[in-house]
Amino acid sequence: MSVTVFENAHIVDPSRGLDAVGSLIVEGRKIVASGADARNQGAPEGATRIDCKGKVLIPGLVDSRVFIGEPGAEHRETIASASEAAAAGGVTSIVMMPDTDPVIDDVALVEFVLRTARDTAKVNVFPAAAITKGFRGQELTEFGLLQEAGAVALTEGRHTISNAQVMRRALTYARDFGATIAHETKDADLGASGVMNEGLFASRLGLSGIPREAEAIPLARDLMLARLTGGSYHAAKISNGLSADAIARAKNEGVKATAGISINNLSLNENDIGEYRTFFRLDPPLRSEEDRLAMVEALRNGTIDVIVSSHDPQDVDTKRLPFADAAAGAIGLETMLAVALRLHHSGEVPLLRIVEALSTAPARLFGLPGGTLKPGAAADFALVDLDEPWIVREAEIRSRSKNTCFEDARLQGKVLQCWVAGRKVFGN
Amino acid sequence: MTRSDELPLYPHRHLLGIRGLSPHDIEDLLDRADAAVAISRQAEKKSAILRGRTQINLFFEASTRTQSSFELAGKRLGADVMNMSVASSSVKKGETLIDTAMTLNAMRPDILIIRHQSAGAAALLAQKVGCSVVNAGDGAHEHPTQALLDALTIRRAKGHIGGLVVAICGDILHSRVARSNILLLNALGARVRVVAPSTLLPSGIADMSVEVCRTMQEGLKDADVVMMLRLQRERMTGSFVSSVREYFHYYGLDAAKLAHAKPDALVMHPGPMNRGVEIASEIADGPQSVIQEQVEMGVAVRMAVMQALMDPRRNTGAAQ
Repeated sequence: MSVTVFENAHIVDPSRGLDAVGSLIVEGRKIVASGADARNQGAPEGATRIDCKGKVLIPGLVDSRVFIGEPGAEHRETIASASEAAAAGGVTSIVMMPDTDPVIDDVALVEFVLRTARDTAKVNVFPAAAITKGFRGQELTEFGLLQEAGAVALTEGRHTISNAQVMRRALTYARDFGATIAHETKDADLGASGVMNEGLFASRLGLSGIPREAEAIPLARDLMLARLTGGSYHAAKISNGLSADAIARAKNEGVKATAGISINNLSLNENDIGEYRTFFRLDPPLRSEEDRLAMVEALRNGTIDVIVSSHDPQDVDTKRLPFADAAAGAIGLETMLAVALRLHHSGEVPLLRIVEALSTAPARLFGLPGGTLKPGAAADFALVDLDEPWIVREAEIRSRSKNTCFEDARLQGKVLQCWVAGRKVFGN
Repeated sequence: MTRSDELPLYPHRHLLGIRGLSPHDIEDLLDRADAAVAISRQAEKKSAILRGRTQINLFFEASTRTQSSFELAGKRLGADVMNMSVASSSVKKGETLIDTAMTLNAMRPDILIIRHQSAGAAALLAQKVGCSVVNAGDGAHEHPTQALLDALTIRRAKGHIGGLVVAICGDILHSRVARSNILLLNALGARVRVVAPSTLLPSGIADMSVEVCRTMQEGLKDADVVMMLRLQRERMTGSFVSSVREYFHYYGLDAAKLAHAKPDALVMHPGPMNRGVEIASEIADGPQSVIQEQVEMGVAVRMAVMQALMDPRRNTGAAQ
C-alpha cells in the first residue's frame, strides 16, 4: 500500500485538542500517524514525502447542510459539480439535503444519491432524508429503512413542520433508531410574507420583514418536544440571539439539543442587502449586526455546535428578479473556510474552535467518519495556508451556480490541497 | 414652458425614488413643473419638446390615473407613447420582468415608465436597460412622482414647504406614497407626522424622521396639510383593522377631526378614495380639498420629470 508522509506541518486537530507542529502519515485510505511524535516514526522505503512548509493540516470539513439540484434541477448543481466546489473549499464530506425533485423521502432515492455520488463525486456525500413524505408535514417517512439505506439525518430541508403532533411523533420515532431530527424553524404565519430581517432597513426598502420571533417561537416548541420525548434535536440554522438563548437553556437542562449556523449569518448582516441584492436574500434572513455578534459569541462559547455553508445554488431564473420574488439561498462550499477564518484573524474565535465547528463537531453529531486526524481515521484532510489573501472571482467559481454573497470579497486563508480517503482531490 | 437651457441640468439619468435627490434637485423639478402647468392650461396643449422620443409605459399593476397621467404628459410633450398592457402580454406566459424589459429595450425607447408590485423592481430594470427609467410605484418602496405632485400642490397653495406641519394618515405600512412623501417633505424642511393604528405602521417608523401620533386629534393639531392614504379593501376586515366602521370612527377624516387642523389646512388624497372609509364625502368635496388639483399637478410633474431626464444638453440617445 502506498504511503505518503506530510512533513513539517502545523497540525490542528480539534478531536484531540491538538495544535502542534508535526507530521501526518497516510497509508492507503487511512491515517496511520499524526502529530508531533509522528515525526520520529520515519518514512518507510518508497514513501512519498510532502513538505508542508509549516502550513496547516486540518481534518477535512464536514458540511452538514448542502442543497444540490440532483435530481430535478441539474442546471443549478449536480452532485459532481457540488463535489468539485467542496473539494476546492477543503470540504471532504457533505450532508445533502432532501430538497430535490423528487424529494428524498424514499429508500430508492437515498440509493440513487449514494450511487451517483460513488460514480461521480470527489468527496463523501451523505444523504439526509425527509421527515415527512413529500415534505407535506403529515406522514412520517420510513426512518429505519432510510437509515439502513444510508440516510445520516432526518430533516425537512427548507421546510418547517408546523404540526406539533407530527414533530412530537418524529422525535419519538427517531429516538428508537438513534436518529437526529435536524430542523429549520420558521413560523408559518408570523412574518410569512417577509423577505428580510424586520426593522428600519426593511421598512425603508419597502420590503416585508421577518421578526426574530418567527424563528424562535417554533424553535422553543421543538425544544420542549425534545425534552418531552427525549429525542435528539438539531436546530439546523439559527440566526439570532433569541434562538441562541433558547438553545443554551435547553442544553443546560439536559435536553439533547444542538445547533448549527450558516456561515452567512456569522459573517454578514442585513445591511449587506444594499439596494435589493438578491444574492443576499437568505433563509434565515441576514439579521442585525447585534444579532451577528450574538451568533459569534454563541459559536465561541459552544452554544452553537456546527457551522454550515447552507450551500444553495440558484440560477438567474430564480435570482434575477425583484428582491421579494427571488428565491432565497447562496452558494458557500468554496468560501466557507476562508470566511470562517475571518473570526480567527480578528481574534474573536480561537482557531481550534472554528475547525471543530467545521469538522469534528458535525462528524460526531451525524455519526460520520472524518472530522479527526487520529490514527485509524479515514485520510480526509485539507492543507491550508491560513494567511494567503485571495479575491473571490465569479469566473473561478466551480459551482454551476454563481450566487455567492462573497463576489469580489477579499478573503484570507486558502485551501492548498484537499485529500479524501488518501487521494488528492484538489490542489497541486 | 420654460426653455430647458435656462434651467440647471438635472443630474440623474433615472427617477427611481426621492431618496438620492437633493433638496435642490427637488426644487428644480418643482420649478419645471410649475412651468408645465401652463402648457396644460392652454387650448393648444401640444409642445415639441420630446418630439421623436419614444416613451413606453410598462404597468404590471393596474392603474388608471397614474398611467393616463404619464400618457398625457408624454403626449403633451410630443413624445410617441406606447402602453404595454401587461394583462395581455407575455408576462402572463411566464416571461420575467428582466426579459420583458430587455425585449422592450431592444426596441430602443428613450424613457421607460414602470409600475410593479415588487419593491426594487424599477431599480432592477434601470440596471438592465439603456434608457431612462421612471419609477411609477414599486411595491411598498417609493412613488416619487406622487410625492412631487403632492409637493407641487402644497407649494402652489402655501407658497413654501419648509416649516409646514404635514400629517400623513392611514396605511403607512403598505404605502409607497407615504415613504416618498416622508423623504421629500423632510428634505424640504417640513415637519412630518404620521397617524395610524399601530398595525399599519412599519417597523422602525420612529427613526424615519417623523413624529408618530396615535390619534387623529393629536396628529392633526395645528396641521397645515392633511394627507389621507387609501386603505386597501383586503386590509379592512380583521387582518390589520377590525372593521370599516371602527377604522372610520378613529381614523376616517370627517369635519370634527379636521377641525383640529389649521382652518386653512389642505386636505389631500392620492386616490382612488374610499369614501366613508378613510375620508368623508363632505371633506373630499369640501373647500379645503385639493384632491382635484393633485390630479392636475400630476400631469405637470410628469411632464417636468420627463423633460428633465430627456434634457437635450445631455446625450440621452436611445438604448445603445
